[in-house]
Amino acid sequence: MSALTLTLKTRPDQRVDMSPLVCQKLENLDPAQIGAIKLHCGKKKLRVDELFTISGFDTKHILIKNSFAKLDYIGKDLEDGIIHVEGDAGAYCGMGMKSGVIKVFGNTGLYAGCEMKKGQLEIDGNAGDFLGGALAGNKMGMKGGLILVKGNAGDRVGDHLRRGTILIEGNVGDYCGSRMIAGTIAVMGHTGKFLGHSMRRGTLLLWNTPKLSASFNDCGSHTLAFLPMLFNSFKGLNSRFAENEIAFNRVQRYAGDMAEIGRGEVLIKI
Amino acid sequence: MIINGVQIDATFAEAFPMKGTRAIITAQNEKWAMIAAQAMTGFATSVIACGCEAGIERVLSPEETPDGRPGVSIMIFAMGGKGLAKQLETRAGQCVLTSPTSALFAGIDGGIRIPLGKNLRYFGDGFQTSKVISGKRYWRIPVMDGEFLAEATTGQVDAVGGGNFLVLAQSQPQALAACEAAIEEMKKIPNVIMPFPGGVVRSGSKVGSKYKALNASTNDAFCPTLKGSSKKTELSPDVESVMEIVIDGLTKEDIDKAMRVGIQAVCDLGVENGITRISAGNYGGKLGPFHFHLQEIMA
Repeated sequence: MSALTLTLKTRPDQRVDMSPLVCQKLENLDPAQIGAIKLHCGKKKLRVDELFTISGFDTKHILIKNSFAKLDYIGKDLEDGIIHVEGDAGAYCGMGMKSGVIKVFGNTGLYAGCEMKKGQLEIDGNAGDFLGGALAGNKMGMKGGLILVKGNAGDRVGDHLRRGTILIEGNVGDYCGSRMIAGTIAVMGHTGKFLGHSMRRGTLLLWNTPKLSASFNDCGSHTLAFLPMLFNSFKGLNSRFAENEIAFNRVQRYAGDMAEIGRGEVLIKI
Repeated sequence: MIINGVQIDATFAEAFPMKGTRAIITAQNEKWAMIAAQAMTGFATSVIACGCEAGIERVLSPEETPDGRPGVSIMIFAMGGKGLAKQLETRAGQCVLTSPTSALFAGIDGGIRIPLGKNLRYFGDGFQTSKVISGKRYWRIPVMDGEFLAEATTGQVDAVGGGNFLVLAQSQPQALAACEAAIEEMKKIPNVIMPFPGGVVRSGSKVGSKYKALNASTNDAFCPTLKGSSKKTELSPDVESVMEIVIDGLTKEDIDKAMRVGIQAVCDLGVENGITRISAGNYGGKLGPFHFHLQEIMA
């Protein structure tokens, strides 16, 4: 059975809420019923078939073609299934997803993977601010699963991260890992200012030496046994993180943020 | 049944249900993994007084261990799940946590989850951290040589304990040599351990005693010095020494296999090396539901 393919016909001026178009909500619906679903677009509600050409039947595998940066909430609360996005995705892509896989071949906007619980979000391009973070006012960001970004990410990556893994092949902006509760963020590129600001627990794994705040204390260089296991768990990914050459187990360890409870760590490859 | 001049008695070994688990100990090298494993499985020959039966299953290559270091697989068996969990935890805490460079991992993925590093983490006094890797939780406990890494839980499964056979020989050295040959072969079988010293027990027991305080006592029917005095003796005049091999395993089939290769190794030495009979310890079928009929196993 071919994937349910939604090809965008026109680019509306207003942002579109794509949250009704997730696998579990489309199960057992035929293309006509899917076409009749209404999506919020600014003040208006548009039928799916006004925006998209619909083909294919497999609602467990959704393909969104010609996507652009105003299609918000793609894969929100996804429960099982696969969503592929050809083009860019808007804000809140994969927000609160519970399982399954979302693969974006372009860039994503703000809050990608925010408060996600499980599953995998892959972004081939760049990600906006608050990747895997918490919504404004909420106390817990991503609670599980894996986010892989092959490009760069914006500010506040993993803000309030509770659990799960965020892997970034490129650079990140300021406040990476801010207010982290636990979990792991690995950054191969460079990091911005205020790394791990107010982090409580969790691990920031870095390939390049960051500019650390005074509230991070040097704990010396160490060989850590869990790192080879962590890198082994990335072997199945279509990413540089899966390559043997990038793995290491020897790190400089900094504990922080001492302005918080100080149980977090920044591990830098040496 | 006679194999290479050795008589296989028409009897059966009687085994009983136990709870079992497996853990994997790794270290900087095989030497230190083995030291930790030997410590963890020490004083664990019999549930009669040790609380559990434990042993080393096999040495693992770095490719077979979760952290890519040399390792040793150990198994622990107890009469109940609660007792098993207690033994596992205290032994892991006193023998593996303390052993230099060690790490501890689950050896069984399924089954009921019982704590491995889950409670040992409190040794970290608040400095411990956990990592969930591929869905499994590991505890990183800061210790003086670096970090002790322990998987949070391991699996507890239904198991079988007390499979056994007796080697009857014309002399003590011949009985021991035969048992050593058997253990060498039985160690190659997965999912089983032979918990007694070197895998061999020279003081097989019967249920009960004339002394009320004891629930087990010497198996006088197979004591060669009592050939003329015990009414229950099962020894012919030419038998001068009897030794027993006890096997615990995850399934009846695993014990079957271990008994078969063990008995075969003994029989290969044959009557010319002083081996006269193979028998087994049973209690008339009253002790446990698992019966290992020697002649069926060797058929």
